[in-house]
Formats: sequence, structure tokens, C-alpha cells
Amino acid sequence: MSHDHSLNPETMPQEPEKATLEGKNKFLGLWFFLGGETVLFASLFGTYLALRNSTAGGPSGQDIFGLELVFLMTMLLLTSSLTSVYAMYHMKNNDFKKMHLWLGITAFLGIGFLACEIYEFYHYITDFGFTFRSSAFGSAFYTLVGFHGGHVVFGLSWLIALMVRNAKRGLNLYNAPKYYTFSLYWHFIDVVWVFIFTVVYLMGKVG
Amino acid sequence: MTDNTNTNSFQKQKNKEEMKKQLITFALMIGFTIVAFSIVATNAMDKMFAVPLLLILALIQVGFQFYYFMHMKDRGHEFPAMMIYGGVFAALLTIAALVAIVWW
Amino acid sequence: MSIAAAQKKGFGAFLWDYLTTVDHKKIAHLYLIGGGFFFILGGLEAMFIRIQLIAPENDFISAGLYNEMFTMHGTTMIFLAAMPLLLGLMNAVMPLQIGARDVAFPFLNSLGFWLFMFGGILLNCSWFLGGAPDSGWTAYTPLSVESPTHGIDFYVLGLQISGAGTLIGGINFLVTIVTMRAPGMTYMRMPLFSWTTFVTSTLILFAFPALTVGLFLLMFDRMFGSAFFNVALGGNSVIWQHLFWIFGHPEVYILILPAFGVFSEVIPTFSKKRLFGYTAMVFATILIAFLGFMVWAHHMFTVGLGPVANAIFAIATMAIAVPTGIKIFNWLATMWGGSITINSAMLWALGFIPSFTIGGMTGVMLASAVADYQYHDSYFVVAHFHYVIVGGVVFGIFAGLHYWWPKMFGRILNEKLGKIGFWLFFIGFHLTFFIQHFLGLMGMPRRYWVFLEDQGLDTGNFISTIGTFLMAIAATIFLINIIYTAVKGEKPAGDPYDGRTLEWAIPSPPPYYNFKQLPLVRGLDPLWIEKMDGKGKMTPAEPLGDVHMPNGSILPFAMSLGFFVAGFGFIYQTDHQAWNLAIFVGMGIALGSMLIRSLKDDHGYHISKEELEREAD
Repeated sequence: MSHDHSLNPETMPQEPEKATLEGKNKFLGLWFFLGGETVLFASLFGTYLALRNSTAGGPSGQDIFGLELVFLMTMLLLTSSLTSVYAMYHMKNNDFKKMHLWLGITAFLGIGFLACEIYEFYHYITDFGFTFRSSAFGSAFYTLVGFHGGHVVFGLSWLIALMVRNAKRGLNLYNAPKYYTFSLYWHFIDVVWVFIFTVVYLMGKVG
Repeated sequence: MTDNTNTNSFQKQKNKEEMKKQLITFALMIGFTIVAFSIVATNAMDKMFAVPLLLILALIQVGFQFYYFMHMKDRGHEFPAMMIYGGVFAALLTIAALVAIVWW
Repeated sequence: MSIAAAQKKGFGAFLWDYLTTVDHKKIAHLYLIGGGFFFILGGLEAMFIRIQLIAPENDFISAGLYNEMFTMHGTTMIFLAAMPLLLGLMNAVMPLQIGARDVAFPFLNSLGFWLFMFGGILLNCSWFLGGAPDSGWTAYTPLSVESPTHGIDFYVLGLQISGAGTLIGGINFLVTIVTMRAPGMTYMRMPLFSWTTFVTSTLILFAFPALTVGLFLLMFDRMFGSAFFNVALGGNSVIWQHLFWIFGHPEVYILILPAFGVFSEVIPTFSKKRLFGYTAMVFATILIAFLGFMVWAHHMFTVGLGPVANAIFAIATMAIAVPTGIKIFNWLATMWGGSITINSAMLWALGFIPSFTIGGMTGVMLASAVADYQYHDSYFVVAHFHYVIVGGVVFGIFAGLHYWWPKMFGRILNEKLGKIGFWLFFIGFHLTFFIQHFLGLMGMPRRYWVFLEDQGLDTGNFISTIGTFLMAIAATIFLINIIYTAVKGEKPAGDPYDGRTLEWAIPSPPPYYNFKQLPLVRGLDPLWIEKMDGKGKMTPAEPLGDVHMPNGSILPFAMSLGFFVAGFGFIYQTDHQAWNLAIFVGMGIALGSMLIRSLKDDHGYHISKEELEREAD
């Protein structure tokens, strides 16, 4: 039970995130949580789909959505998914510095995504007068996309706290599961975004 | 937990191969995304074809995320897979209801 | 170690111990106390409802207060009484049954409890702050959006907070069962109560998020001017009904499955036979859970979903009767030819079978969509769901409490008081609710404040109210029994009932580390196997060694308190902007506690081998 000692490559287990019981528990716990999140987002998507034509005379998705920005956001988030895969790759090779470097890039891309989203909302509100209150469609749109954005904010806070906390102590069996569960959560955010850009933006544009 | 140390080059090699697969996955995902966006941007096809195609592209991408990026294809992921599919089952029912039997 | 020392230090230390505990057995005590408190509260609300309806055109309470009473009665009983009491039993028993030293996430276990408790308190604060919620426990829109007081706001925030706690508890149980079963405890050797805990937790995991979203939408509509349910801006109030029942129907299985689990433990123990059809019981449980997700719209037959949707949901609903029937027959077959001991726990189990079967029969009647147009919103429905929830869940809780009381508290409940209480409750229950079937068929609608004279409803309502008093007396006797037992009760041996499962292999109450050495499980009913082999106790699966234990923490309490404060902020910020301060302070406390939790390493501590050797068996 010497899990508070830093790892050296000699004693590194193959899957550091699942080497301890605590790690295994965290791993499964987060996966199960994601199972619940699936239903949470399904409820939001369902609500959005039910209300997508309820524009109450206001702007519709076809009028306001701009594909360029959404494409940029998609690229940012997809790439951040890959960079966190790279981080986990370096975790398995017990290369802490490279892992942190890739996580740093992940955070950077995440912040970029968030900035785009804020700009997007600002743009809709000021240029189209399309708000949370203007129609049932508006409420559903901002709630669905906003919940996803909230998940991004939470994920970023998690990542930054993790990186700051462990910057000086290196990888060990106590924090490896924490990094790993973060990466799972981050991938899931990407999964949700894939459906958002498909269902909300692309299908919205098609009509 | 002592037997499977990872200093040997075999394990490193395996990780590397895994990473190569991840990169291919990523390239495919980007490809699918570009296809999806260009279908809409160019108005290439009728709505009746476009919407199912977009959904299929999204599903494939999500499959890649789960099975490759999140390692659901690997061993020891039986329970995660079960709970995700359970969630998907509840999710599909929810979406079906909210799409089909809210307005009439 | 620290826990044993704390108990000698007087009340302050005792309280602090419970506020910071992460021990599943103490969290179980907390759940039982919290759930018991709300059960009494919900019971009092029920009394107010029945007294109002004792005579035609009664004016015991006003119409508005009556609306608040039935709303809070339903909400309290489902979310704040039945569920926590069951979670309490699960917490107390499940880790012992699977041979674990604790749950997978002791910290989250404590957080789950405190979130539930503060959510419940927040909801009930509404009584003193301008009126409780008053649009039914289902809070159908647009009524709930238009309700003028802050009542519904309390409902939304209170349930949101306590619901988060339940979700956390569910994930915790799932992971515990997957990773922490003792050596040899395969899935198909797990006691049925642990199985139902597992399946129930899955239901919690998939059902609660729908409620979370529904509550958010309602909150946004009421507080931030969104338009989900606002028809003028294109909203649709049926969305709420779907989201609520997508959660709400699995919720009733979340309640009944653990009760089924309790009976599946009590009946074999007191029949001295292994559970008949164990495998069928397990699969019936899973099947009920699976089907339970596909039937929610049977609450909405009269909404006008159309004949196709109604037919699908009607058939799915009727299908649930099949696995439930399997269970009923298996319990009967378990008793068949057994050497039956009739004590209080067994009485509750025996009373359950006919009572629940009646509830199941009316359930199949209600499942028929065409007939449901007649029953809908009448007292027939009220009778039906009380037959399944009281006759199933409450009986199950009482059976479980009588059965595991010695294991949880180290005292055996008084049998005489237990039996008197059972008979009073059983008679009172049928007196109250059986007649309500006929009141419903005669056309008495539910949720009405008064009924008129000479419409054939007077006698029935009078009888119904009398029955309620009997149930209230029975509940009081149970409380007296608890106090009497605490003072004069008999101290049990580890295994007072000649039990079959692992929880009876250790002392009552168990030491805080549960098992000195993890037991080796050789089959279903592991303790019974050892008894039959003439050994009488479990073979250890590991040599005596250091035991790793988690540290206690006040942070779960602090986090929940933070959300509680923020809840008030959200409710009142519509009145005055200054209340935003409460949101910031509350969220600050909650998020700050989370940050501390993330940044501060907590490796727990070890009980040394020597210390374990010193402890007597």
C-alpha cells in the first residue's frame, strides 16, 4: 500500500489508473456516471428536438447559425480529445512532463472552444436579439448548448486544479486514476458535442 | 500488481502501436466531420437523405470516441460498456418520446 | 480506534463523529433517522388529509392548505421517507452481505446523505416561509409554473439537491458491488437484497437525470423567464409530464425492488429453507427494471398520446405482472414445506404478499388504457398506489427494520410490541385503502378538498379515516418499541435468527472494520453452508493483516450546507437582487469544499494487525 510514493519507471504497472482498488473504483464510478449523463443529455436533446420549431415568430436556427464558427469549435474540441489521448499515452509510459505538456494543450484548446461559444452567444443576442427568453426554441437551444458549455467549464476547472496540484509531485498511483478519469470525462464532452453539432447546427441548417 | 512492469520495450512498443491506431481514428473523425459539414454547406442533397446521413456519420464518430479514445474495446470494460448501453437505451426511449408524442 | 475513543467523550464528540462519519453503518443510522423523521412528517400530513375528508363538506383545513398537504405528503413520502429508509437499509446491510469492509466511496456516501438531508430540510422550510408547494407531487405544468407562492421553488431546489444525493448514493452502491465482493462471492451467489440494491442503483442512475433536467427546466421557467412550458412562446407542457414520468415510473421500482429484496431475505431465514428459484428471482428483478423503463406513459393515457402509443404502453405495463408474479410464487414456494417461525419481521412479510397482490391486480386493471379513462384521477388510483407503496414498500421497510435491527443497533426489538404494531397497521391499512377502490369507482376524484353529502361517499370516507388512526397508533407503537428497546432491549448474539448470509457471521453491531479477515464464500447462503458442514463460521480468505480505513471528513456536510444556502439564494433572487449574495456565498462554500477535497490528499489510515488481534471476536 505504498501508493503515496512517486513512481519510477521500474515499478510502474501497466495500467496505473487501475492498479489500486481506489483507482479501479474511480474508473468504474466515472464510467457509470457517464451512463447517467447520457440520459441527462438525452433529456436535453429530446426537449430541444421537441421545441426546435417553436420560434414564436423569432429567428429560427436556419436564420442564425453560422457554420464557420461551429466548424472551428468542432475542430478545437476534437483536437483536444486527441491531445488528451496523447497525455494518457505518456502516462502509460510514465513520462510525466510530456503528459503535462499535452494536458496543457488540451486545456488551451478547451479555453479556445469556450471563447468561441461565448462569442457565439453574444453574437446571437446582440445581432439577432435571440435570447433565452425570446421563444421556447431559444430556451431549449441555450439550455442544451449551455449545459454542454457548463460541462466544459467544469472539466477545465478539474484539469487545471489537477495540474496545479500535481505539478511538483509527479505521477503516482494516487493521482493516476484522477488524470485518467478526467480524460474519460473530457472525451464524453466531445461525444456530446458531436451530437450537438450534428443535431443542433447541421440539422438546423438543413431545416 | 508487481508482475506487469512496463519497462520492457515490448510494452512500450505496444503503447506506440496503440497510439498509431488512435491517430488513424482521429484522422477518420476529422474526415467524417468535414464530410458532414460539406454536405450541409454545399446543399449537396435533399433533406430526406442529408439528415439520416448526418446522424450515421455522428454515430460512427461517437463509436470511435468510445471504443478507441475511451478504450471501451479493451479488456476490463465490460461494466462500462453495459452501463453506457443501458444509458443509451434509456436515452433512446426519452428522445423517441419527446420527438414523437409531444405534439399531435 | 478514533471512533471508539470518540464515543466515550460526551455529546459534542458524539455529534461531531456523526457529522464527519464515512462509515457505512453510521451513515445507515443517519439515513434511518432522517428518513424516519420525514416519515412521521409525511404521516402527519396524511392525517390532516384524512381528517379533512372524514365528513362531507368539512372545513378542518382550508382548500389552499389542503393542496399543500397532499402535495407535501406525496413528495415527502416518496423522496424523503421511503427512499432514504431503503437507502439506510442498503447502507447497513449490503456491504456486510457481500463481505466488504466499507463501500467504494465512503466520502461520497456521506455526501449523498447530507445532500438528501439538506434538500429535505430546504423543501420543508417552505411551510414557514409563505406556503408549501401546492400543485401535487407531480408538479404538472402549467399549474406549477403559475403557482404564485415560492412553494414550487422550494420543491424544485429541494428535490434537485436531494436528488443529486440519491444519484451519488446509487453510483456508490454500483461500484461497491462490482469491485468489493469478498473472495468467492460471485454474482450468482449474492444474496437477493444485494442484487436488488444493484438493480435499484442502476435504475437510480438512469432515471434521476431525467428528473434533474425536468427540474432545471421548471426552475428556468419560474425564475429566469424561459419558455419551455409557456404556450404563448411555443412551449409545451407535455414535455414536463414525459420527463417527470420517465423518472417517476422507474422511481416506483426504485422503491419496490429493495423491499422485494428484504422479503427475499426474511422469508428464507424464517422458513429455514433456501430461497426458491433464486436464479428466476434474480432475472425477474432485472426484467422488472428493464420493463420499468418502457411504461412511463401509462401515467399519461388520458393526455391524448394516440391509440398506438397508448396500446404499446398498456401492453408493456401488463407485461410487468409476469416477473412480479414469478416473485410472488417463489416466495410462496419458499415457505412451502418450510419450518416457519412467525415473528414480527415474518408477519410483515406474510402481510405483504396478499396486500401487494391486490395492488398488483389493480395495477393490471389500470394498465388497460381504455378502462383507465374511467379510473384516471379517481380514488381508485389512490387506492392502487397505496396498496403497492404501503403494502409493498412500507411493509418491506418494517420487515427489514425488525429483521436487521439487532445487526444495526445491537438490540432486538420487542416481539410483543412488534406483533401488536403489525396487526394494528395491517388492519388500519386495509380499512383505509380497500374502501377507496369503491370510492373511486363511485366517482370520487382525487385531490379534492371536499365532497358533497348523500352521494354515497360519506361512510366510505369515514371508514377510511378511522383506518388512518389505526396506522398512526401502530407507528407510535413502533416508536415506543424503539425507545423501550434502547433502554431495556435484549442484547443479541451475532446471529440471533440462525441466519444464512454473511451479515450474520459477524458480531451485532459489527466492529467498524466489519470483517477482521475477509471471508471465503463457497456458495449461495455462505453462512448456512458452513453451518451445514458443521463448522458454523466462515473460513477466512486472507491472513490477518493491516486493514485500510478511510478518514472521516466534515466536507460533505459543508458542501451540502453550501448548496442549501445557495438554494435559498436561487429561490429569493426573483424578489430582490441582494439574494444573489446568498447564491455566491453558498456556491462558494460548496465549490470551495470541493476544491479542498481535490487538493488535499487523503490516504486514510491503517488499523494494525496487532490492534486487530487485541479486539475480541
